[in-house]
Amino acid sequence: MKDNKTLGHALQTPVKRRSVLKAGAAGVAGGLLMPGAARVALADDKKPLGAWPAGAEGDSIVLGLTVDLTGPYSAQGAAQQRGYELAVEHINNGDPILKEISPDLKKGVLGKPLKIVSADAETKPNTGVQSATRFIHDDKAMMISGSTSSAVAIALEKVCNREHTPYFTAISGSNETTGVDCQRYGFRPCYFAYMACKAVAPVAAKELGKNRKAAYLTPDYTYGHTTTQSMKEFTEKEGWTTVTNQVHPLGAKDYSSYLINIANTDADVLVCVAYGADAANAIKQAKQFGLLDKMKVVVPYSSAYIEEEVGADLMAGVILAQGFWWTMQDKYPQAKHFVEAYQKKFKGMPRDSSFYAYLAVMVWAAAVERAGGLYPPDVIKSLESGAVLNLATGPFSIRPEDHQGIVNFPVMRGKKKADMKNPDDYYEIIQIVEGKDVLPDLGVLGCKLGDYV
Amino acid sequence: MSLFFSQLFNGLTTGLLLALISTGLTIIYGTLGVINFAHGALFVVGGYAGYTVYGLTDSFVLALAGGSAVALACGLVMERGLMRKFYSRPPEDQILVTFGLSIILIEIIRGIYGGVSLSVSPPEWGMGIARIGSLIYPMYRLETLAIAAVTLLVLYFILYRTSLGLVVRAGIEDAQMVDALGINIKRAFLVVFGLGAMAAGFAGVVNSPIVALTPDMGFRYLVESFVVVVIGGVGSFPGAIVGGIIAGEILSLTAMVNPQYSDVMLFVAMALVLVFRPQGLMGQEGRE
Repeated sequence: MKDNKTLGHALQTPVKRRSVLKAGAAGVAGGLLMPGAARVALADDKKPLGAWPAGAEGDSIVLGLTVDLTGPYSAQGAAQQRGYELAVEHINNGDPILKEISPDLKKGVLGKPLKIVSADAETKPNTGVQSATRFIHDDKAMMISGSTSSAVAIALEKVCNREHTPYFTAISGSNETTGVDCQRYGFRPCYFAYMACKAVAPVAAKELGKNRKAAYLTPDYTYGHTTTQSMKEFTEKEGWTTVTNQVHPLGAKDYSSYLINIANTDADVLVCVAYGADAANAIKQAKQFGLLDKMKVVVPYSSAYIEEEVGADLMAGVILAQGFWWTMQDKYPQAKHFVEAYQKKFKGMPRDSSFYAYLAVMVWAAAVERAGGLYPPDVIKSLESGAVLNLATGPFSIRPEDHQGIVNFPVMRGKKKADMKNPDDYYEIIQIVEGKDVLPDLGVLGCKLGDYV
Repeated sequence: MSLFFSQLFNGLTTGLLLALISTGLTIIYGTLGVINFAHGALFVVGGYAGYTVYGLTDSFVLALAGGSAVALACGLVMERGLMRKFYSRPPEDQILVTFGLSIILIEIIRGIYGGVSLSVSPPEWGMGIARIGSLIYPMYRLETLAIAAVTLLVLYFILYRTSLGLVVRAGIEDAQMVDALGINIKRAFLVVFGLGAMAAGFAGVVNSPIVALTPDMGFRYLVESFVVVVIGGVGSFPGAIVGGIIAGEILSLTAMVNPQYSDVMLFVAMALVLVFRPQGLMGQEGRE
């Protein structure tokens, strides 16, 4: 958290200076080139904000996407890119699926097609911030979305808040994204650490027993620390004790010394908070060190494709949460339609990264249609209206007080290879958790949203 | 106390593995004086090529050969196409060009294999678990101790006990003079660069059953290799081994006390070496 603050501070100065310069230039250009727009703006008492009004006046509306195509979370970033593409295709073609999602959605947004500009955020906050600033100033993006690392997501929501441009995370697990670092212009549609841990802890206690002794592997940044904190809190309520917490750097390759430390304790559950390739590495090496013969594994916030990376043999019996799993189509007809559309366009089954990217575009588009325009404060207020969308995880809405998505997600158990009905059948869903049941009470995580203008 | 000995032992095996991983860097840096920032990428290329060969042939030995061969080919192409034009340029140019090459190599790998990490299982002779007192240790990691030791010995012999090494080191001092003596110095440089690339690729295959393969893994190994080379001394083979073991012990023993600080302590050690013995523990003073 401390690192995060320092980084945010370091980022602020140059961005501020540049955006002031650019905003000044844009203002001058706007005044010269678009007298009509300026008059309208004055008449409505609406000052230019972010890329508005320029971004609302073109033939298409631009979405700026910051996806991690390189770095430790590149697999998730590539999956997000696919989700965004699918959503934009559905909206631009006026796919029938739109009507099922929300009556507000139509072909195009305000009758205009959507256009994607995207850049590789490299799983680095400063690269993401540079891309987002460029999208808003140069491409006139009216919405920014994309993230896998919470460090990137928090940096992006801060810069988008300053630029008065709605920002939607794709994946962000840290409690701080809609907690102490929440922003008026930042939204997190996906589930996160607190929700996941509150849901997973009772299931794990039921499956593995009370009085378990847990050892944690925690990546050393905001997501890791807040997830471990939440998981400790909720498992200790179930009677578990925390024996050791091994904090490792993000992107660590060799877990041997941490695993030897854990082997030296009497822990019988390994809680793997590591995400992406880190989780795959940690679980694989835990097996090599003989830990999995005596310990059960719990992954409170698991990453897309972890099952492919680790393999069914090691995933069997692992208890985890994931944002979306394709067998949810047995419960929600929307999930079936989403999976079919995804399979038609891309190969393979969609994962939560693709789903959350798709969700972000739909939530934003429906809000813009309801607002009847792109003036940023109106769009934000529309997003805060509590309107419900029907998506692959069932009914979805945004909590107006902290901009957290009220979203359902599955808690699952890894299947044995022999029990898999097809190569994608990695998990058995133990429970589909209702988002509203596991949200933190308002104020618990310290969110204070800022002003609209 | 048993935890201490466990970590001490783990530091040794981790350290020798680090020494093996950093040899490619030492070879090219120590003989040609080029700081090869593509070292991590060549390590990854070797790992992925080994993965493919292992998948096709089911033989880990062939995977080692295949991974090394592909990295060697990459190294030879790099040297012929670009690097030989950079020997006389300043180090920052060499860093930039090798860094650029590493990005290209890594993105080619990502284009072919995707970003989802891949898993390589240890060969049959490396499966299973060894029990050393109370310590449970993967068999394969024990065997990497031997693999690393033998490889380091062979490379040392090639570079320091054959005429090739002599020619190259003379060529670094005065390429024109060596050329005038009728020795094909360009070819010697090519061979050494290829050897360095091959060593990186070989280490990539040896390491692949231990970690999950990702296109980005090379960067971390590049940094760790640099630490090993700086601590041990530039271009010194015994230095690379000493540096590797020291780095391994620091990582392992600090993790025993407070895992959060293990990375930090590694760089503290490097900084201390740079302050008190800039040429590295086993390096020669004044060597470029």
